[in-house]
Parts: sequence; structure tokens; C-alpha cells
Amino acid sequence: MRHGLLPGLFFTVFLMFFYTLPAASEELDRLAGLKGKIDIAGGTAHIPVMKDAARHIMTKYPQITITVAGGGSGVGIQKVAEGLVDIGNAGRPISAKEREKYPRLRSFPFAVDGVAPAVNPANIVSELTSIQIQNIFSGKINNWKDVGGDDAEIHIYNRDEASGTRSVFWKKCLNKGAVVESANIVASNGAMKVAVSQDRYALGYMSIGHLDNTVKALGLDGVAPTQENAINGHYPIVRKLFMNTNGAPAPLVKAFIDYVMSSEGAANISNHGYIPLQ
Amino acid sequence: MNQPNKNNRQNQDQRRSNRPLNWMSKYVETLLKYATVFSALIVLVLFGFLTYFTLPLFAEGQITELFSLHWRPFHGEFGILPMIAGTLALAISALLIAYPLGLGICLFVHGLGPRWLARPILLLIHGMTGIPTVVYGFVAVFLLVPLLRNNFSHGSGFSLLAASLTLSILILPTIVLLINSQLEQIVPKLRLTTTALGISRIHELTRISLPAASYGLLAAAILGFGRAVGDTLIALMVAGNAAQIPGSAFDSIRTLTAHIALVVATDSQSTTYHSLFACGLILFLTTASVNLLLHRIKHRACRETNYE
Repeated sequence: MRHGLLPGLFFTVFLMFFYTLPAASEELDRLAGLKGKIDIAGGTAHIPVMKDAARHIMTKYPQITITVAGGGSGVGIQKVAEGLVDIGNAGRPISAKEREKYPRLRSFPFAVDGVAPAVNPANIVSELTSIQIQNIFSGKINNWKDVGGDDAEIHIYNRDEASGTRSVFWKKCLNKGAVVESANIVASNGAMKVAVSQDRYALGYMSIGHLDNTVKALGLDGVAPTQENAINGHYPIVRKLFMNTNGAPAPLVKAFIDYVMSSEGAANISNHGYIPLQ
Repeated sequence: MNQPNKNNRQNQDQRRSNRPLNWMSKYVETLLKYATVFSALIVLVLFGFLTYFTLPLFAEGQITELFSLHWRPFHGEFGILPMIAGTLALAISALLIAYPLGLGICLFVHGLGPRWLARPILLLIHGMTGIPTVVYGFVAVFLLVPLLRNNFSHGSGFSLLAASLTLSILILPTIVLLINSQLEQIVPKLRLTTTALGISRIHELTRISLPAASYGLLAAAILGFGRAVGDTLIALMVAGNAAQIPGSAFDSIRTLTAHIALVVATDSQSTTYHSLFACGLILFLTTASVNLLLHRIKHRACRETNYE
């Protein structure tokens, strides 16, 4: 692992520079004249949006440095509250206990994200009801043939307790119901996509922003998990994505947040499959 | 008249040449002393911190819940027994696969196999120590896991079996290099005698060299076990991470290390988070006792045998 980290880091930096595209707009002007460093950490669903915003800003204003790290929602909140980063991302609201310990935290919701149940593209099932999903996750149904698929065992993939994606799926789809202990646990949206795309009989769930053609999103109670259905309220499994700062943000951080929420930032958010909040 | 004068100068010369050396050695000695105290302190501080952070669990009376069979943090159950069982099952099974293999490789290198193959094999094993864990994990996810999934009807492939096979490759170099280093000291000394006595290679190795290398054999097992307990990434990537007591080799399991890695990003004010420090404490105590055990064995081995 120790050996693996550094080359990966270089590779990421390399990619960041390589794919840097020039972008010019008035929205970026709000950062003119500012300089310094913004450190961002936390929720993994935010990363694509944050990276794009950072890239655009750093291309136009090289005197501004922005770093984007992951860690998960809990880590994001803790780090920003302890002053280790400037923006702590979270895919869930600040909990009551966190609020109590860190009363200075300020939240900036900037996007809505849907969570969709997903299966392997080779699976003939393309739709489930929420009752069926609850029964599968609680272990009452364990064969695909009971829900209209092949005669094969259902391989359930779940997320860890730190996951904001898991939190919303559990609340709004599983109705806070029990999940069998034999379910596999994966550590990120990316890992979930890999697991489901590899396993023909997998059932998992992931952020709509992470969906692509290697997995198949399932319709839920007859509603397709699309951005439109999430916006008009037909699709129920949605959550907000937050940026958090410790107290009122400094001018540079404020400008960054404003940029993410600007019309250009909104286009960036939509590009990654999320729904901008304005 | 001349004699004492000469002596005197010699003494002076000696003293002059000794002075910086003395000073240096004293300096280095103090430096090393402080370094030792510092390292020992770090370990103690680590232990203290882990205990300190586990305290809220005691205060809230939740310490008993740690030793329950179920990990359901949202229902107030924080059982870490499934993770302890998973860790032990994985470490022991990985050791059961890697140890005989490692021993076989050592015997092959020390006389059972052709001589020209010995060096390349050892070089390969040395090379294996430098391969990052994530590479093994990655290869296992894309090759081993689908293989297990497609050839056995039960389970998703992410399982105790997949993890122990991968982990056994990881700990193999540790085992081989330790046994080998011991055999390298013993075999050349005995070979001439045993050859002269007409003892066959197999007999020499199994009846004389291996018993004489008992320290290395035991140390390899213990260190291999320690390495297997401490590894995080392979378990996290390949074992499936289901918090359940393993019932079969095809079951998805979660180890203590993977458990910490998975849960560490949760709300840092919750009991879920505090329970991780208990896991850390258990891991710390496990590795500490592994090292202490090793130390004792080494001590005894040094007293009993005298292979230098």
C-alpha cells in the first residue's frame, strides 16, 4: 500500500494537468485578484464536481491552489470543524451530536443526488418494487427467479455505515429495515460499480452520478431513476450534497462556493449526473 | 632519559587520537538511548490513546455490547466478535496455505531441488516482498473472485477462501525468508558431516536440519500470522466484508482491520466510531503479544542452541 500510493498520486496529478481544458467565463471573474489555497475533503460523491470546479479555477488563476481529497462524509465534517481543511463535504446533513460539538459549522447545500438500485447489464430483471427490494435485503427473497429473473442466488452488495449513499437508500428505500448480515460490503460508489459490473447476479445501489453502461439501473415501483424524475419528485430516493465551512467562509472559500453554485457550476454539476440546487 | 619521554609522547598521541572517538561514541550512545526511549514512549502513548478513546464505551456501559455476535450499529448493537472470528479464520487459513508451501520452497532450495534453481527462486521470493498489497488485491478482484464465483454455486466469490488464497501469497515471502535465513546458517555446517556419514538429503533436512532450525520455523509461523492479522487491504478488497461469523470458506467475512477502514469515516461523535478504538486496542494487543512471543522464543533458542 505504501508503495502503491505515490505512483497513484503522481498519476492523478498527471491526469489533472493532462485533461485540463481552457475555460473562460464571467462566472470565474469572482475569483479574480484572490490568491491562496483551498483544501477540500470529505464525501466521495462530491469529488467529480469539486475536481472540475478546481480545475477550471486553477487554469485561469494559477495563484490559487485547490486540493480535493475523499475520506467520507463523517471525515469531511470532522476535518473542517477541527480546522484541518477549508471545506468539508458531506452527503448528509450535520448530525445532532456533531452540531452540538461543533456549533460553528455552516452548511451550503449545492446539489441533489439520487440513489438507484443497480444490477449487472446481463441481468434480465429491469424493475423491482420497493417491497421486493426490502425483502431481498432482509433475506426473505434470495433467488432471482422469485422476482422474474434467472434461477440464481442473489448477491447483495451493501455500503459501509459511513456512506451517505447507504444512509439515504436505507431510509428511503429499505424503510430502515433489517439487512442480512451475509451481504457484501463495499467501500465506495466506485467499488460498488466495479462489483456490480463484474457479478452477473449482483444487486447493489449507487449514486445516479456514478451510473454508466457497465451497470443497469433498476426502475423502482415503475419510476426510472433519472434526473428528471428526481427533480419533479417522482423518484423518491434522493439526498442533498453539502459543502460545510467552519464559521463564515474566508473570501477565497466564499468565492469558490459561489462559483460552484453559479450557472457555470450548475452546468458542471449536471454534467456529473447530479441536480444543481440554486 | 629518552625512554620515558618517548613513552609519554606515545601516550599523548594515543590520547589525542582517542579523544574524538570517545566523544563520538558517547554522543552516539546518548542519541541511541534517547531514540530507544522515544520509540518505546510512542508505543506506550499509542496504547494509552487507544485505551483513552475506548473509555467512553466503558462510561456508557456499552463495553459488554462489543462482545455480542451482531454488528448493527443502527440498532445499538456493536458486536465485534464476528470481526475477531473473521480475522482469526483468515489469518489461520492463510497460514495453513502459505506455511507448508513456504517450508516446501525452503527444502527445495536447500537440497531437494536442483542447485541452479535455488538462486532464481530466492530472488523471486525477495522480489515478491516489494510488490504492493493493492496489486495482489486488484488481481484477485478481477481474476480469483470471478473464478470462484463461476465455479462454485454458493456465494459471490468475495469470500474467506478468496482472501486467504491472496493473503497466503502475501505472507509467503515472510515465511520463506525467515526459514531460509535459519537454514542458511545450519545446512552448510551439517552438510559435510551428513554427506560423510552417507545420510540422504531428505533425511538430513527432515531429521537434522529442520529440528535444529526450530526457532526459525516457529518464528516464521508467528511472524506470518502477525502479518496476516495486520493486513488491511486484501481483506477489504477481497473478503466481502460481511460482518458475520464465517460458516464456510465461501462466506463473506470482515476482519478487524477492514472493519476499522470501513467504519472510520462515520460520525466521529457516535458510539460506532468509539467502538473502533476497541478494535484497534485488540489489534494492538494481538501484534504486541505476537512480538513478545517471538522475543521469548528467540531468547530461549539463543540459550539452547549455539549456531552463530
